[in-house]
Amino acid sequence: MIVINGTPHEIAITDPRRSLLDHLRTDAGLHGPKKGCDQGGCGACTVLLDGRRVLACLTLAAQADGRTVTTVEGVGRDGDLDPLQEAFINHDGFQCGYCTPGQVCSAIGMADEVARGVPSRVSPEIGAASFDLSPDEIRERMSGNLCRCGAYNGIVAAIEETYVGGPR
Amino acid sequence: MNADPVVGRAVPRRDGPAKVSGAAAFTAEVPVEGTAHAKLVCSTVAAGEITGIDLTEARSAPGVVAIMTHHNAPAMRIAPLLITLRGASFTRAPVMQDARIRWNGQPVAIVVAETPEQADHAASLVRVSYALAEARLVFDDLKAGAPQPDHVQGEAPAVMIGDAEAALRAADTRVDQVYRTPWHTHCAIEPHATTVAWHDDRSLTMWDATQAITHSQATLAEVFSLDLENIRVVSQFVGGAFGNKMMWSHQILCAAAARLAQRPVRLVLSRSDVFRVTGGRTRTEQRVALGARADGTLTALIHEATTTTGISDGFAEQCTFPARVLYGADTFGIDQRVVELHTPANSSMRAPGESVGSFALECAIDELAEQLDVDPLDLRTRFEPAAHPTTGKPFSARHLLEAYRLGAERFGWAERSSAPRSRRDGPWWIGQGVATATYPYTRMPGGRASVTVSADGHATVRTAAHEMGMGTATVQAQYAADHLGLPLDRVHFEYGDSRHPAAVPAGGSAQTVSIIASVVAATRALTAELLRLTSSDSPLAGAGTDDVELRDGGIYLRDGGAGQSWPDILRRAGRDELTGEGAASPPTETAQHAMHSFGVQFCEVRVHDVTGEVRVSRWLGMFDTGRIINPRTATSQFRGAIVMGIGSALSEETIFDERTGRVLNATLAEYHVPVHADIPPIEVAWLGHPDPLAPMAGKGVGEVGMVGVAAAVANAVYNATGRRIRDLPITPDKVLGL
Repeated sequence: MIVINGTPHEIAITDPRRSLLDHLRTDAGLHGPKKGCDQGGCGACTVLLDGRRVLACLTLAAQADGRTVTTVEGVGRDGDLDPLQEAFINHDGFQCGYCTPGQVCSAIGMADEVARGVPSRVSPEIGAASFDLSPDEIRERMSGNLCRCGAYNGIVAAIEETYVGGPR
Repeated sequence: MNADPVVGRAVPRRDGPAKVSGAAAFTAEVPVEGTAHAKLVCSTVAAGEITGIDLTEARSAPGVVAIMTHHNAPAMRIAPLLITLRGASFTRAPVMQDARIRWNGQPVAIVVAETPEQADHAASLVRVSYALAEARLVFDDLKAGAPQPDHVQGEAPAVMIGDAEAALRAADTRVDQVYRTPWHTHCAIEPHATTVAWHDDRSLTMWDATQAITHSQATLAEVFSLDLENIRVVSQFVGGAFGNKMMWSHQILCAAAARLAQRPVRLVLSRSDVFRVTGGRTRTEQRVALGARADGTLTALIHEATTTTGISDGFAEQCTFPARVLYGADTFGIDQRVVELHTPANSSMRAPGESVGSFALECAIDELAEQLDVDPLDLRTRFEPAAHPTTGKPFSARHLLEAYRLGAERFGWAERSSAPRSRRDGPWWIGQGVATATYPYTRMPGGRASVTVSADGHATVRTAAHEMGMGTATVQAQYAADHLGLPLDRVHFEYGDSRHPAAVPAGGSAQTVSIIASVVAATRALTAELLRLTSSDSPLAGAGTDDVELRDGGIYLRDGGAGQSWPDILRRAGRDELTGEGAASPPTETAQHAMHSFGVQFCEVRVHDVTGEVRVSRWLGMFDTGRIINPRTATSQFRGAIVMGIGSALSEETIFDERTGRVLNATLAEYHVPVHADIPPIEVAWLGHPDPLAPMAGKGVGEVGMVGVAAAVANAVYNATGRRIRDLPITPDKVLGL
């Protein structure tokens, strides 16, 4: 059983090799998580597993058993877009839109990491309780999510607007 | 017309909510009943003959539906080349028609199974044996004496004005250097995907990730000897294309396999297939030689480029085009050569020709400026021609000097230290560089559109156009709203389906103006039709299309005259809606004039003294591309192109093993596109002067933004470190001189 976007899913994982990405896309019918490379190189498949960002293509579906998964389809609330999604639109943080579900999920997980005090390569101090979400921190921490359309400036602006000063 | 125009406004993308919420369905996600899944088996050698294919194991693998090889593939005609505008292919190589191998990665079998995993597994069991032939793989061994192509994008391969070599020898100051750029791969994050369903032996639907719907339809018609109207191509959302999502072998094979399997077949390329089955941008080797007098006038401009094609392919990348248009010189010696290699067919990739060609030319200009001890931007202003330097045609609009001036002010160019290796911040050397951008204006012939108005006061524009992220639906709705005189929320734009009127490919930065020209024609046809419906007591009775204007949701006599709303006309005529369809006028605007987009790229880099790492720290692109329809989407286009240019400057290189012809880094982990951390805030600005000859006074913005980027980076790296790197990408080993 996997709780996907708040709903328990009892879909048999018949092949233990099945990736969480294929499980979500094929078995659960959610095409928000994208398959850009299927080998952890692009970040388009990023989802939240118990609130933490993972690459669904490098996660086995079986690893998600009994846990909660949030895909981009589950990010908004009550049919409304999340403020982060609104900010992506307002800052034109995408063009083709293929990497966007991964960028959105990754940004949510990243903001949580920052709030939990997980340092990055550019963090000024290891062991600090928390970090300022500077543009450098955002760029460093989001670098696992490729955008070939080059919408990086808009993505960073959307994340800054949403999370600087704490998650809304 | 709209009293309060929406053209020029930063309207948000219409598909934004669908794209940020995961609702947008890309090609691999469109549900098609009864679909089987395919996997390609690709050659592991570059040249030779297939001597045997053992399918024993594969056939007995679970779930296998069909396997196609050249033994059982149907007869398929050669796909028409994109450049002919009768098709969308980059290669004339036959698809699975014979045993011959033309590149390492050529599909030799396609396996269809019930699930993608079963197809993958069965494909791994196909055993192919080859008789190897000598492959043409080593560019450096083959470039000498490379032939001239018949043409370069329809232009002459060589332009000789005066004796450029003699002028070079006689020049007071000379630069004569060779510049190299590697093969690049587009790397759209959405891998190519296609699904084909045959309805009977003569008709099919193809869902495809494509930037050439109409021309894919034409390709399938030719390849399978079908009538155009029996082929439907659908492509709603495309996850990036950049010139690569045209017709390749995989769509043809998917269609043939679906016929063989007697059911719909879906084929999604793996990431490594994208690198090997489709082709990228050719490598280039370019000699640029400049001769100048002491006063800084250019006496000789020589640009000789050698590029590659696959076997049986026909695309000479137009690297020398910037040299034909940017600068005035007493003599020109422009020449292109082509080496055929056993590689995938080279294809168009964002700003084909201009992006890599400008790297050579704009670095050479920088080198000349240094020799003359003149500011490189000043030097360019001295070379500014009064008319197109190699054709003599007047420019329709060229405001490059203004772009230089305003860009320099905005960037703070005057504060740059011209002495290389003179500014440092801790371990980081700081440098600034500049380069000019240009890209030709193109309006492709053949586009059509329809405009439907309805009794509820809404209008719908339809054309088989493409949305790969440029903002097509948004900007076309803006244009149509103003043109029809309607509020933006009453205008709908439908695209992505060959059932709509035929469109041009989304390429050459030409789609926007090409659609606009067809909407103009469709609107004119609609207006004529509406006028015919007016009753004799209407104020419009007897009026012709030239006597009226569209505004306020209706048709009115010019100069504030009386008229009728569309709903009124339609209701009185007892109609719910009315459609006008038209073909864009022939693109005659380029007959007498040279039409180009221009720009200038300013770059600041920081280069690490110890590691040789180059970081781009600041960017300004100042563009002269005519009128901008939507500043928001245009900004993203310019920025995106600059990002891809930074990738080409610093990290991107598709590496072929010269012994086997195999792409060695066919993954996104090993082909390094720029990531968030590589990209600083990119400032873009534009002059916005209308081009009087272009529809909507606008020119393309998708490609010019990439031109000059790599040169600006290389020139900045020189300014920072004193090292000239003439060989892309500028990796730390080259910076350190290892």
